[in-house]
Amino acid sequence: MRALGHVFKYGDNVDTDVIIPARYLNSFDAQELASHAMVDIDPDFVKKVQPGDLIVANKNFGCGSSREHAPLCLKTAGVSCVIAETFARIFYRNAINIGLPIIECPEAAKGIDAGDEVEIDFDSGKIYNRTKGTEFQGQPFPEFMQKLIAAGGLVKYTNSKK
Amino acid sequence: MGMTMTQKILAAHAGLESVAAGQLIEAKLDVVMANDITGPMALPIVKQMSDKVFDKDKVVFVPDHFTPNKDIKSAENSKAIREYAKEQGLSWYFEQGKSGVEHAILPEAGVVAAGECIIGADSHTCTYGALGAFSTGVGTTDIATGMAMGELWFKVPSAIKFVLTGKPGPYVTGKDIIIHIIGKIGVDGALYKSMEFVGDGIANLTMDDRFTMANMAIEAGAKNGIFPVDDRTEKYLKEHTKKEYKVYSADEDAQYDDVVRIDLSEVRPTVAFPHLPGNAKTIDEIEAMDPIWIDQVVIGSCTNGRITDMRKAAAILKGHTVHPDVRVMVVPATQKIYKQCIAEGLVDIFIDAGCAVNTPSCGPCMGGHMGVMAAGEKCVSTTNRNFVGRMGHVESLIYLASPEVAAASAIAGRIANPEKVGDR
Repeated sequence: MRALGHVFKYGDNVDTDVIIPARYLNSFDAQELASHAMVDIDPDFVKKVQPGDLIVANKNFGCGSSREHAPLCLKTAGVSCVIAETFARIFYRNAINIGLPIIECPEAAKGIDAGDEVEIDFDSGKIYNRTKGTEFQGQPFPEFMQKLIAAGGLVKYTNSKK
Repeated sequence: MGMTMTQKILAAHAGLESVAAGQLIEAKLDVVMANDITGPMALPIVKQMSDKVFDKDKVVFVPDHFTPNKDIKSAENSKAIREYAKEQGLSWYFEQGKSGVEHAILPEAGVVAAGECIIGADSHTCTYGALGAFSTGVGTTDIATGMAMGELWFKVPSAIKFVLTGKPGPYVTGKDIIIHIIGKIGVDGALYKSMEFVGDGIANLTMDDRFTMANMAIEAGAKNGIFPVDDRTEKYLKEHTKKEYKVYSADEDAQYDDVVRIDLSEVRPTVAFPHLPGNAKTIDEIEAMDPIWIDQVVIGSCTNGRITDMRKAAAILKGHTVHPDVRVMVVPATQKIYKQCIAEGLVDIFIDAGCAVNTPSCGPCMGGHMGVMAAGEKCVSTTNRNFVGRMGHVESLIYLASPEVAAASAIAGRIANPEKVGDR
């Protein structure tokens, strides 16, 4: 599996309240949530994002609330992958569970700028910055999580064990 | 190799002799809780796995975020979990008027106890670590899996040990201590880890102080926060729960990533400035700044809506009036606490001072309802997050503080020192 797109770049501690503010959480319709993605940190995000685009951020991406609406709205908005130095733990689990690819890679988080065209090979964990001609190696998922992802998420994995 | 307190609880729930940090395990769950935001979204996912919840005594719903319902969509969401709870015959469904904010009502009603493995689809589920339980927040798919199967995968966390010594000063509470700690280690200072609190200073902390501190472990990125079980914990458990509980303690040779020592007598009233809970400033630093004039004060929430918090706020407000430019929302976290406030005369103090006293709800904390802010407004809040736009407009500002600092600020109209309320 591969991803290819342009990068939206953010800093440290991007929290779930700015990814999808609580005022929109009276709905869990994925399309409706996606129409408000990142509104409190980047009001232009939903106007500009194209299918396949990536988010690159620094430390502790997705900190705050446990709302699964956060990775869901990003995935539905077309985001193909989030690369960060580190992720908050609940966001990390939620992203894997709903099938939004995420990669921890401090070097890539530093070496990729807004607007760069980036390609990812999920099988090898390699991240190519096509704009700058640089390459990074993302952390591979532990074996158990690879099984979860290969099964198509936690629900399918759970059902396959029955 | 020795295990931390958290690791011992996880090992017991995974049916293993021992576990080590980084190990992936599947653990049995004692309580699985969701609210009116995360619960409705979980239902279609549960149904993909099972027609029935794994145990009708262990799956809990608390409609508390957008309740009393603020709009039609929220009402539909609450209706969905209400009907599901009825259909499944759940023992624990906490309706408005008979309950309160999830992390206050679960300990109060005896749903959670020491030694348990608990998940909740709300990030502040880590609150129950105050009782000596392993308790952590998860998302919707995880909670749905927990509801259907009664177990869930976990990565065994490593831990940071916080050694608390000494006695906090008269206006220093669990809130000041935890903001001080997050200020010290940062909002990702305990990322993926347990925060294990130990030391003889804990004997000087009320259960309500401990709930506040465990509640905000997530604001340092932690998987859970946990306190040892002492006489005070056992007294609380005996008064609140009929459940059998088990007391775990860390092995003497348990491994910690780091040890942080805090002398509680040195902690000052501390406020977290916008936009991070770790942006800590002591009241002394604040007094040296230009005054920070405020528009709103919120006293309540899963962090600070308990009876001790209400008493402390009332003790400051008694005989005073709220500043003319400030509006104050006091929100007791449960109906029982609300009744105690009435019986003890606290509601009279609040209303005489000019505060609104609202029904238990998460309401204003996440900008849901009952206290949403306009552009440019500033709030001193006893809640847990001061992120951009958390309580309303993206250009509103939140200062996190203890009930005493919040009450003193309500009177002064600016962030104020509770030690000096009589001084004007």
